[in-house]
Amino acid sequence: MKAIRSMVLVSGDQVSLNHGALDVFNALQQQLTAFGLEEEITVSMVNDVNKPGLDPLVLVYPDAVIYGSVTPEDVPHIVEEHLYKGRVVAEKQISPYDLTGRIAWLSARKGTLPAEHRIVLKNVGLIDPENIDDYILHEGYEGLGKILREMTPEETINQIKASGLRGRGGAGFPTGLKWQFVAGAKGDKKYVICNADESEPGTFKDRLVLEGDPHAIIEAMMIAAYSVGADEGFVYIRGEYQLAINRMKKAVEQAEAYGLLGENIFGTDFSFKLHIHAGAGAYICGEETALIESIEGNRGEPRPRPPYPTTSGLWKKPTLVNNVETLANIPALIRNGAAWYKAIGTPSSPGTKVYTILGNVNVTGLIEVPMGITLREVISIYAKGMKDGHNFKLAQTGGSSGSIIPASLQDTPMDFDSFSKAGVSLGSGALLICNEEVCAVDLAKVLLNFFRFESCGKCNPCRIGNRRSYEILCNITEGVGTEQDLKDLQMMADQLYQLSNCGLGQTAGSPLRDILAHFRAEVEAHIKLKVCPAGVCPMSGHRAFEID
Amino acid sequence: MPVEVKGGQDVRSFVRTLVKEQGSEKAELIPILHEINRELGYISDEAIQELSDRMHIPTSHIFSVATFYRMLSTEPRGRHVIQFCESAPCHVAGGRQVWQSLQKELGLENGETSADEKWTLITTSCLGVCGIGPVVIIDHDIYGNVTPEQVPELLKNYD
Repeated sequence: MKAIRSMVLVSGDQVSLNHGALDVFNALQQQLTAFGLEEEITVSMVNDVNKPGLDPLVLVYPDAVIYGSVTPEDVPHIVEEHLYKGRVVAEKQISPYDLTGRIAWLSARKGTLPAEHRIVLKNVGLIDPENIDDYILHEGYEGLGKILREMTPEETINQIKASGLRGRGGAGFPTGLKWQFVAGAKGDKKYVICNADESEPGTFKDRLVLEGDPHAIIEAMMIAAYSVGADEGFVYIRGEYQLAINRMKKAVEQAEAYGLLGENIFGTDFSFKLHIHAGAGAYICGEETALIESIEGNRGEPRPRPPYPTTSGLWKKPTLVNNVETLANIPALIRNGAAWYKAIGTPSSPGTKVYTILGNVNVTGLIEVPMGITLREVISIYAKGMKDGHNFKLAQTGGSSGSIIPASLQDTPMDFDSFSKAGVSLGSGALLICNEEVCAVDLAKVLLNFFRFESCGKCNPCRIGNRRSYEILCNITEGVGTEQDLKDLQMMADQLYQLSNCGLGQTAGSPLRDILAHFRAEVEAHIKLKVCPAGVCPMSGHRAFEID
Repeated sequence: MPVEVKGGQDVRSFVRTLVKEQGSEKAELIPILHEINRELGYISDEAIQELSDRMHIPTSHIFSVATFYRMLSTEPRGRHVIQFCESAPCHVAGGRQVWQSLQKELGLENGETSADEKWTLITTSCLGVCGIGPVVIIDHDIYGNVTPEQVPELLKNYD
C-alpha cells in the first residue's frame, strides 16, 4: 500500500447525497490532482455520518478536523489552505461534539493517553462495527488479501514467528509456534477456534474488541486458517456477552455477502466457514480443551493433555485455539510486517498489551500500551494515582488466575519474562489495584471462593483443594486460624499446582502462594494476634468450618 | 403443570420445532438448551425428555450439561432474576455491603426464589463490566456503581 499522509472522508449518506456530496467528492479529487497531492492524500465516501443540517461533511484525518456543510465552491479553498499549506479553515470547521454516534471516534482519539499504542484497539470506537465497509476503509481485509495473493502458508507462519507474538490469553505461548504445530499436524480436516470465553474477573478487553471491531477477528481467523490449512472455524463467545454475539453474527453475514467468507475466497483455492458459538456460563470453558468439549455439546470438563488440541482437538481433529487479543494483533502484523511488530514492546515480549485498570484508583478503564511498562507507571500516569490519598498496597493481575503483586514489585517491567523471573504472572491483563484498606487474606478468600464455584469438579486436587483452602481462609478471617493452617495452605498451594489436571487448578493455588510469600506477616497477625490489620475481616472468634 | 410457550405450543412441540430448525447434531445441544431456558425460564423435565427422544441423546447427558452451566437452570426461577457479581473487582469496590443489603431487602439467601415467585437471587462470577463495580444485574438491566442505600430503589422498578 502507498504511504499516505492524510485521509479525506466525505459523508455519503442519502441526505448528504441529496445535498451534493458527490459533487464535493469529485471537486476534491480534481483539486487534489491539481495540487499534485493525489499520491499522498486519499478521498473516500463514508456511509451514514448522519448530521442533518450540516451535510455534506468533509472530514480530514489524522488531524480530525470536520468541515460542514461543504459546497463544491468551498473545495479549492479547503484543499489549498488545509491540505496543501496545512492551515485549518476555521470558518468552515464544526465542532466534533455537534456530531453524535459514529463520529464519537473523534473525541475518543483526542482522549488517547501518552505512550498509548493502539494495535488491538486501533479501530475500537473509531469505526462502525456493524458496517463492513467502514472496516475495509480502515485497511480491513488488506492483510488477508496480502497473504492470499503474495504469501504461502509457510511464509505467513514465518512472519508470525519472526514477530515474536505471544499468546495473550495468559500463558504467553509463542503464537507462530502454535500455528506451526497445527500446520504440521496430520489430517485433512482442521479447525481454528477463537477463544472469546473471557471470564477472568476484571477482564473485559476481548468484549470491547468483539463489540467494536468484529471484522478484525474474522480476518485474523482467516489468516490463521489459511496458514494452518483449516477450512472451518468457531468463535466461542461467553453467553453473557449478548451484544458481542450479535455483532459477530452480523459481521459474519456481511463478510459472507461480500464473498470474503465462503468458497474460493478472492478466486483462490482457499475456503472458510465461520460459526459463532455462544457459551452458557462456565469459567472453565476458557480452558481450551474444556472449550472444545463445550462446542461438542458436553460439560465443559478439560481433557487430559497430551494429546494437545494442536494434534487432536475439536472432534479429534488438529485445532488451533487463539485468544481474541492475540488474533486482533494479526491483521496489523501481516500488513506492516514482523520487523515493525518486533520493534514495539520488549525484546522477549514484543507488541502491546491491553490492560484493564480497576480498584482503588482515580481513573479506571482500559489502556493499550507497549509491553514492559511498570505497575508504578500504570498507577501514576494512567490511573492518575490512588484514590483519596491512600497508599498502594497490592495489585492483583490477570483475573483470578494471575498473581497478587506486592508494592515491592511495582517497578518490574510487565512482560512475560520479567514477570516470570519475579515469580509472578501477567495473566489476562486485568490490574486490580488495591490500597491498604484491602486485606490480603480477605482477597485470597474471595478468589478461592471463586475457584471453589468454578472448579468443574472433574479432578480431586482442584475440587477438594479449593474448597478446603477456602474453609481454612474463612477460619483465619474469623480469628480462629491455627499455625497448622499456615502449613496446610502452603501444602494446598503446592498440591493444586502439581496435581491438577488443567490450568484452572494449577493456578488456583497462586493466591495462597502469593499471600504466604509476600504478606505472611499479615496472615500471621490474623492467626497469632487475632487481629486483621486492615480492619476488614470479621474476626468473630466463631469457627466457620471444622477441619480435621 | 403444562407450561405454555410461544404461539400457544406445548413444551414438547416447542422442543420439536427447535430441533427441526437447528438440527439434531450433538453440537446443537447447548444452543437449543439456551433457547428452551430463554422461553420457559428454565429447562423442565418434560423438555429434557423430548429433547432426548428427538436428538437421541440420553437424558442423563442432557441433565448433566444443563446443570453444569450457570446460565441454564433446571429449577423454575422467579419472574425477575437478580444476579450479583461476587468477583474480586466488585468486592474491592464495596460489593460486600451491597450483597448484604440485597439479602436483607429481599429476605433471600443465595440461590433462593421468593415465595411469591417474584425474585430469584443468585451470585455470579465476573460479568465483564468491572469498570463500574459493584454491579447488579436484574433480568437484562445492568446497574453499576451500586451503593447499599440504592438497593431498595432499584427493586422498586420491577413488578
